[in-house]
Amino acid sequence: MLTRSEVLAVRQASVSLSGHPILKDIDFALNAGEFCGLIGANGSGKTTLLRTVLGFVMPTSGSVTMEAGGRASIGYVPQKFILDPYMPMRARDLVALGLDGNRLGVPLPSRGRRRKVDEMLEAVEATPFADQRIGSLSGGQQQRVLIAHALIRRPRLLLLDEPLANLDIRSVAGIVALLRRVSRELQTTVLLSAHDMNPLLSVMDRIVYLAHGRAATGAIDAVVRTEVLSRLYGYHIDVVRVHGRVLVVAAEGEGDAQTAIQRDPVHVAQVP
Amino acid sequence: MTTLLSLVVAPGFFASEPVRTAAVIGGAAAIVSGVVGVFTVIRGQSFAGHALADVSSAGGAGAFLLGINPLSGFLLMGVLAATSMELVRVDRPSERDLVTGIVTGAGLGVAALLLYLNVTTSSTTGAAVTIMFGSMFTISASIVPLAIAVGLAALSAMGVLYRPLLLSSLDPNLAAVQGVPVRLIGLLHLIVVALAVALSAITVGAILSTALLIGPAAIALNLAKRPSVAIFLAAVIGVAATWGGILLAYDSYEWTGGHGWPVSFCIVALIFAAYVVVAEIRLGSRRQPEPGLKPRPREGRATTAG
Amino acid sequence: MFDDFMVNTWIAATLVAGVAGVVGFFVVIRGASFAAHALPLSAFPGAAAANLVGVDQLIGVLAFSGFGVAGISQLGRRGRRDVATALSLVMLLGLGALFLSRTTEYFQAIYALLFGEVLGVGAQDLAPLAALSAVSIALTLALFRPLLLSSVSPELAETISVSPRVMEVLFLVVVALATAVALPVVGALLVFSLMVGPASAARTLTSRPLAGLFISAAISIVTVWASIALSFASDWPIGFFVGALSALGYLAGRTWAWVEIQGLSQFRRSR
Ligand SMILES: Nc1ncnc2c1ncn2[C@@H]1O[C@H](COP(=O)(O)OP(=O)(O)OP(=O)(O)O)[C@@H](O)[C@H]1O
Ligand SMILES: [Mg+2]
Repeated sequence: MLTRSEVLAVRQASVSLSGHPILKDIDFALNAGEFCGLIGANGSGKTTLLRTVLGFVMPTSGSVTMEAGGRASIGYVPQKFILDPYMPMRARDLVALGLDGNRLGVPLPSRGRRRKVDEMLEAVEATPFADQRIGSLSGGQQQRVLIAHALIRRPRLLLLDEPLANLDIRSVAGIVALLRRVSRELQTTVLLSAHDMNPLLSVMDRIVYLAHGRAATGAIDAVVRTEVLSRLYGYHIDVVRVHGRVLVVAAEGEGDAQTAIQRDPVHVAQVP
Repeated sequence: MTTLLSLVVAPGFFASEPVRTAAVIGGAAAIVSGVVGVFTVIRGQSFAGHALADVSSAGGAGAFLLGINPLSGFLLMGVLAATSMELVRVDRPSERDLVTGIVTGAGLGVAALLLYLNVTTSSTTGAAVTIMFGSMFTISASIVPLAIAVGLAALSAMGVLYRPLLLSSLDPNLAAVQGVPVRLIGLLHLIVVALAVALSAITVGAILSTALLIGPAAIALNLAKRPSVAIFLAAVIGVAATWGGILLAYDSYEWTGGHGWPVSFCIVALIFAAYVVVAEIRLGSRRQPEPGLKPRPREGRATTAG
Repeated sequence: MFDDFMVNTWIAATLVAGVAGVVGFFVVIRGASFAAHALPLSAFPGAAAANLVGVDQLIGVLAFSGFGVAGISQLGRRGRRDVATALSLVMLLGLGALFLSRTTEYFQAIYALLFGEVLGVGAQDLAPLAALSAVSIALTLALFRPLLLSSVSPELAETISVSPRVMEVLFLVVVALATAVALPVVGALLVFSLMVGPASAARTLTSRPLAGLFISAAISIVTVWASIALSFASDWPIGFFVGALSALGYLAGRTWAWVEIQGLSQFRRSR
C-alpha cells in the first residue's frame, strides 16, 4: 500500500516477457513531485519497467500500486514514435488528442479546449511550431509536443522513455530544465529513463539503476557507489571520483564486467 | 493395404491424365511459389504478391484476346506492375502498401479497358473469371514446357539473389553499408515474384497463386528459424497441400454425388487450416508460464493512497 | 445522360464515393491498404453465396465481409498482419469458387461485381443504400478521435485507455460496412481505388485531420462523377477512369508534398 506522500509504489515486482525473466524484485516508491531517473544500458529493462507501471505488462510476482486514478492519472511519452511524414496532423492536434482522444465524435471548436491546448503548448515552448505538421518537426520539437500531449490531462505521474536520446546537448539541457520546471509547477512526479545519467544529475531526487534485471534505488550518492554497483553487477566495480566526475570502472581481466561496462554507457558520472 | 488406399483415394485417381498434369503443374507452381514466398513474407510484401497475381491475370486476359501468347501477356503485365510499384520511392511499409494498391487499381483499370476494347464482353469476362478462379483440371499440357522454363528461371534468380536479398530484407541499412544496392535488389525480387505469381496464376489461378505464395512460406517461417530451412519447408508444404487438395477434390466427386469441390477451394482450405493450427500451437507454447512462477493478479490499481 | 434511371445511378454513385472517401481517409493514414483491398474482394463471393441460398445480396456481402474482419483480426493477433489478410482473402475467395461451382451465375454479373460497372440502380435500392451509407459515415465520425490517435501511435492511445486492438477491429468493421455499401453499386476493385486514391491526395493538401477527411470525400465524389461522365462520353469502362484518376491523385499528392518541402527548405535557406 501507499503511504500518504507516495504516488507510485513498486514492491518486489518481477516481470517476464515470453517466459523470459526480465526484471527481478524491483522495489521503489516515488513521492509526489519527485524527479526520478531510471538508468540502465540498452536491454536492461527500462522500457519494460515503464510498461509495467502503465499496466501494459503484468508483473509475475510483486505489485505495482498507483495512487487513486490508476492509468488515468499517468502521462506517457513512449520511446519509439514513428511518424508518417504525410500524416495530416499539426502539433496542436496531437496535443488536443491527449486531452480528449478517447472521446467519441468529431472535435467541435471549443474555446476552453483551445485555451488549454494553447497553454500547454506555451508551457513546453512549442507555440512557434504549433501549426506545423508533426512529421516536419525536428526530434527535439517532437519531444516537446509529446510531453505536452502527455501533460495536458495534468497527470500525477509522468513517465518518459528515453526522451533525451537523439537530442543534441543544448536540446537535452532544454528538455531537462523544462521537465524540472513543469514537474515543480504542476506537482507532477516524473520517472524518466535514460542510458546516460549525466544530464540528469542536477535534477534527480532519486535514481533507479537497472542492471542484470535488478535495481539499486535511492539517492544518487547512495546508489552510484563502488559497493552498491558491484553488488548489482555481481562483480567488482570501482566508482572513482576524479575532478568532480565519477568514473565507473571494471577491474582488468573481468571479461564479463568489461563487456557489461562497455555495453553500459553510464560509466562517467558527474558529481552534482 | 490396397483396401486402405482405396479408402483414401477414389478409384481411377492415378490413371487420370488431367490429374497427372494437374499434379505436375501444381507441384511445380507450389515449389516456385514456396521458395519465392519466404522472402515475400519476410519482407512483409504479401500485398504486392497478391496484387501482382490480380494485375497480371487481368492483363493476361487482355493479352489472350490480343492474340499473343497468354503466358507472355501475364509475364509482361506482372513485370510492368512490379516495376511501377518499385519506381515510387517509399521508406515505410505502409506507404509501400499504398503504392501497391494504387498500382493495382490502375492496372486493373487498364485491364478492364483492354478487355473492353477487344472482342465481345461475354467471352472476355468468361476468360477473366476462369483465370481468377483457375481450373487445374483443364490445364492444357502444351504450356508445360514454357511454364517449367519460367519456373526454373525464377528459382535460379532466387539462388543468385539469395544472400544480398536476405541481408537487405533483414536490415536495409546494414545491407547498404555493406555495398548492397538495396533498391535494385528489391526491384529484382519483386520481378521474380511477378514471374512466380504469373506462372502460378496462369496454371492454377490467381487465388491459388496468392495462397501458394504466402501460405506455405508463412507456415514454414513459423516452424523454422533459419531461412534456408524455411525455404525447403515451404516448398514441401506447398507441394503437400497441392497434392492433398487435388486428391481431396477428386475424392469429393464420390462424396458429393458428382458435384465435387473445386480443387482451388480444397488447396486453400488445407493451407488455411495448416496455418491456423501452426500459429495456434506456436502462440500456445509462447504463452506457457515458467514453472514455479505462478502469475499472480496485479494489485488493484485504484487503491487509494494511505 | 440525366434521365430518371441515370439520376438514381448518380445518387447511388455519389453516396458510395462519399463513404469510400471518408473511410478511405483512415485506410490511408493507418496504412491499411491491403485490408481495404481484401475486404471488398473477399466479400464479393458473398453475393454469389446469397444467390445460392436465396437471400438478399446485401446480406451475403455483409456476412462475407464479417468473416473477412474476423479472419484478419483474429489471425493478425497470431502473426503478421499482411499474412493474416492474404490468407483470409484467399480462404474466402476459395469459398467463392466453391459457391460459383454450384451456381449458374452469369459471368457478366461476376465481372461487374469484380471490375465494377456502375450498375443500374433502381429507386427501391436507394433507401437501403442511403441508410447504410449514413451508418458507415456516422460510425467513422463517432470513432474519429480514438481512430486518429491509435493511427498515430497505438501506445499513446493505450495510455488513455483506447485499446488499439479494439480500434483495429472497429476500423475493419467500418471498412466492411463501406464495402457492403459500395460493392453492389461499383464492384470490388473500384471501391478499393476510391478508398486509397482520393485520401492519399487529401492528406497532403491539408495538415488538419478533420479537413483531410472531408477533402478526401470531396475528391472521391469528384472522381466518381468525372469517371461516370468520361465513361458515358467515351463508352470506355468506368473502372479504367477511376483507377487512372486515383493514380493521378496519388502522384499529384506526392508532387504537391515534394514542392511544399522544397519551398520550405528554400525559405529556410533564404533566411
Ligand atoms: N516481447 C519480448 N519477449 C522477450 N523478451 C523481450 C521482449 N521485449 C523485450 N525483451 C527483452 O527484454 C529486455 C529488456 O528490454 P527493454 O526494451 O525493456 O530494454 P531497455 O532498457 O528499454 O533497452 P533500450 O535502452 O534499448 O530501450 C531485453 O533484453 C529484450 O531483449
Ligand atoms: Mg527502451
